[in-house]
Amino acid sequence: MTGVRIFAVAGEAGHLLDGGWFLDHAWAIPVVPAIAFVAILLVGRRLPMEGSELGVASMVASLVLSAGAAWQWIGRVQSAAEGQFVEPVVRTWSWWRVGGVDFTIGQHADGLAVLVALVVAFISTLVQVYSLEYLRGDRRYTHFFAALTLFSAGMLTMVLAEDMILFLLGWEIMGLCSFMLIGHWWEDGANSRAALKAFFTVRTGDVGLLVGIAVLFFAADGWTRETLGLPGFSIRGISAWALSGEPDATLITIAAVALFVACIGKSSQFPLHTWLPDAMAGPTPVSSLLHSSTMVVAGVFLVARLYPVFFVGFDILGRGPNPVMVIAAITILIAAALAFVQDDIKRVLAYSTVSQLGYMMLGLGAGAWLPAVFHVFTHAFFKACLFLAAGSVSHSASHHSFDMKRDMGGLRRHMPVTFATWTVSTLALCGVFPFSGFFSKDEIIDNVGHNGYAFFMWVGLGGAFLTAAYMTRATWLTFFGESRGAAAGVSHDAHGAHDAHGAHDGHGSHAGPHESGPLITVPLAILAVLALGSGVLNATPFGSGWERIKDWVEPVAAVVPAESPSGGAARVLSAPVAPAAEEGDSHSSPCGSQTPEGGVCYAPQLAHAKFAWSKALLSMAIVFAGIASSWLLTSRLFGARDPRLAGLTARHRLLGAGHRLLVEKYYLDALYERVVVRAIVGPVARGAYAFNQRGLDGIIHAVAAAARVVARVVYGTLDQRVVDGTVNGAGAVAHRAGAAAQPAQSGRVSQYGALLFGAAAAAALVLVLTTT
Amino acid sequence: MLVNQFLLLGAVLFAIGVYGVVARKNAVLVLMSIELILSSVNLNLLAFAMRSGTADGHTFALYVIAVAAAEVGVGLGLVLLVYRNRRTISVDELSEMHG
Amino acid sequence: MVAQQVGFWILAVAMVVGALRVVTTRNVVHAALWLVVVLSGAAAQYVLLAAEFVALTQVLVYIGAIMVLFLFGTMLTRARIGREQDLDNSYRLLGVPVALVVLAAMAIALWRGFGDERLPETARPVPTAVVSDQIFGPYLVPFWALSFVLLAAVVGAIVLARKD
Repeated sequence: MTGVRIFAVAGEAGHLLDGGWFLDHAWAIPVVPAIAFVAILLVGRRLPMEGSELGVASMVASLVLSAGAAWQWIGRVQSAAEGQFVEPVVRTWSWWRVGGVDFTIGQHADGLAVLVALVVAFISTLVQVYSLEYLRGDRRYTHFFAALTLFSAGMLTMVLAEDMILFLLGWEIMGLCSFMLIGHWWEDGANSRAALKAFFTVRTGDVGLLVGIAVLFFAADGWTRETLGLPGFSIRGISAWALSGEPDATLITIAAVALFVACIGKSSQFPLHTWLPDAMAGPTPVSSLLHSSTMVVAGVFLVARLYPVFFVGFDILGRGPNPVMVIAAITILIAAALAFVQDDIKRVLAYSTVSQLGYMMLGLGAGAWLPAVFHVFTHAFFKACLFLAAGSVSHSASHHSFDMKRDMGGLRRHMPVTFATWTVSTLALCGVFPFSGFFSKDEIIDNVGHNGYAFFMWVGLGGAFLTAAYMTRATWLTFFGESRGAAAGVSHDAHGAHDAHGAHDGHGSHAGPHESGPLITVPLAILAVLALGSGVLNATPFGSGWERIKDWVEPVAAVVPAESPSGGAARVLSAPVAPAAEEGDSHSSPCGSQTPEGGVCYAPQLAHAKFAWSKALLSMAIVFAGIASSWLLTSRLFGARDPRLAGLTARHRLLGAGHRLLVEKYYLDALYERVVVRAIVGPVARGAYAFNQRGLDGIIHAVAAAARVVARVVYGTLDQRVVDGTVNGAGAVAHRAGAAAQPAQSGRVSQYGALLFGAAAAAALVLVLTTT
Repeated sequence: MLVNQFLLLGAVLFAIGVYGVVARKNAVLVLMSIELILSSVNLNLLAFAMRSGTADGHTFALYVIAVAAAEVGVGLGLVLLVYRNRRTISVDELSEMHG
Repeated sequence: MVAQQVGFWILAVAMVVGALRVVTTRNVVHAALWLVVVLSGAAAQYVLLAAEFVALTQVLVYIGAIMVLFLFGTMLTRARIGREQDLDNSYRLLGVPVALVVLAAMAIALWRGFGDERLPETARPVPTAVVSDQIFGPYLVPFWALSFVLLAAVVGAIVLARKD
């Protein structure tokens, strides 16, 4: 294995950075779950816990490895000098070499990768533990854990990938596992339809990923090989190439657009957001792991990872808004609006996720890289907690129903822990101080405004208002008011809703709503604590000394002298750069705005907003206004059944139309399914059928007819006459030859003697006569 | 005396012995023909011994005589056994092959 | 020397005639007796070849023992005393050309090989001591082998001939 490590040799100020075993072996983080996946498939069923122990153990192992890597990365950052670019720990191995192109696999461990890997491993572990109780007795228990473990392996592969091919592999594995897990109870047609919808919608976006990777490869390969000795698939290489001033503007924009299309699909942005709410058909642990905290942030991760490409391709921080911001803004608003008309608690959370993903994209599009990444971090915790809490409610209170209006209500008395964790996470989601969402979401909004996009800042604030409002509505319907339906102990046939278990657990059939067991509540509590406290890791309001995540994760936009590892001539290698001019004041770095001299840039120079309490108070006021107004409306409408409010949408024409628009999800689903899908599917299906019937079947029939003719000829002529004739002839010849030679074997000694002597004498005679 | 006298005499005896082996039906007579052949061999050996002036040929001739004695003893024992089982010593009738 | 030549030719003719009679006579006992003639002639030839010990051994062993064995064998296999029909099998006519071919091959080889070569005139009879030196010297191992052969033959003959 050839490990390649590039050291920052930047004159006197640069020096060797600390490494560590966990960073060097970060490749093991996805490998352990992958091995566990295979093991679960092979022997899972025979184990006492049906394979789940392998899944949980492998995730714990990954978590330990990620934590170790994170710890050592922090040490590495702290060992760097002020303003020095902290090189990621990269190791590559050659996978396959063909036609001059070397396909490598490798790890790229830097702050972003380690952070997201830690989050994925952590949430995966908690979700797997949660699933031990939640899916007990499920008909495909082992398969579920196998798919969940494979998903984690895939996402971790993507996160730690050094090159785009491995990245793509991880991306696709995640898509496959999403399909498998959403359709876990595929016996119900709705679930399999949802799984297919998710798969195809994301797949539509994945075309963009393939196009983007290809464009980047062909555009960047020459430059990266010459300057850095890396192939055009390498993420470092692409990042450096994007900031080198080398790429053609149109080409890099095409690549950025193509990649962003993939992000739209995967991260559920408008217009490809329609699959995520339907994906709630899967089991709740799946929703909490894949479709809230980890998989859907893969698109965000892609943008963050290849940020230089987007930075240059979309001209981020340039004049005016870019497509990323526009789509993100639309997504934030339409998803938040849709969350108001949902009865299904998971769908509320799904739309909330779409909306929050919009926030992350908005941040990235506006040049607020770190706040967006930090929001990924905090959002994972509180959103996962919200989903798991919803699952807890359905598991122990509403008899597997997720319908808030029918089967929930007044549950705060029966499920105190669930209620507490839900409330903590809701406040974090709304962005209330001092919960974690305040430090991440509000930072995004703040930076968007600071970078000059005032309109989008107000969009963000409006989204915050809506978020507070619909979450309050959901909270009231679930935990306050009077108990309805199953929560009130009334059993009705709502088992076909979402989780159709096989043999169910031992609750004591149809006991009243109660708190869930510790396997469920402990993960909830852990996540709630993190939802509350994780904001402190990057608490900008308290001063730059508190901005730890920024120090650890955000790459320094410094010019790094390029040294080709083979020792060949690097194009821009000259005397070491003087440290004071390049690496001191961060604002003077040319990365992102000019072509770097004497080296390459791996990250663009970004700006950071200064915190002001006035801005914080404004956003807090908006949030509280949302909470208050929603509380009033909801309690009046559903609780007291205020006659002025009840049935309002039925009476008022405009409100009714608006309501219907929301319920029909802006008729986008109808558009996609009836127009797009049918227009493509119909003709394609008919064409395929015709080809099959006439083309393929015709060929087969012709081949069969020809075979019949050939067989007849072969049998009649070849086999009967030629082959049999030969065989019979050979037998006859042998028979006659034997009969002819038989007299020599008469059994008479005298004859033998005569033959013996005669032959010997004749031979001797010949010998004598022929020699002189 | 010519060497060839003895040698040719031996050759003639050999040929007559060969004829006897081929032509005779009685097994004992076949054995007698074989004795003729052996005698011719002895003649050859001794002629060559005289020609070369060594006694090797004599030694060998003695050995041939001894072997001939052994061979006749065993051969006649076989003939007796065959006679006991088949009541005939005609070599024509000793074959069990068909066809 | 003329005496040798005369002796040789008389003996040679007697031997050849005797051999011919062995293979053509219809009387088994006569065949045995003609064989005695041949063997005696051979013994005399050996004397001409200065091999006295071998000649003596020939008389003692061949004529004295082997011929007796033949006669015993003849008697024990109920050979008819007197004339007997068809002692020749049907290959009799095949034997003639075979014998002639054999004779031709050997004759031509011998004539080509030795031509007019003469035996040494001053040959003296080989003393028995020399022969015994040869046997118990260079040819000792064949002597042992020979004794083994004789043993095997005796044992074999007993086994074959006993009544069981």
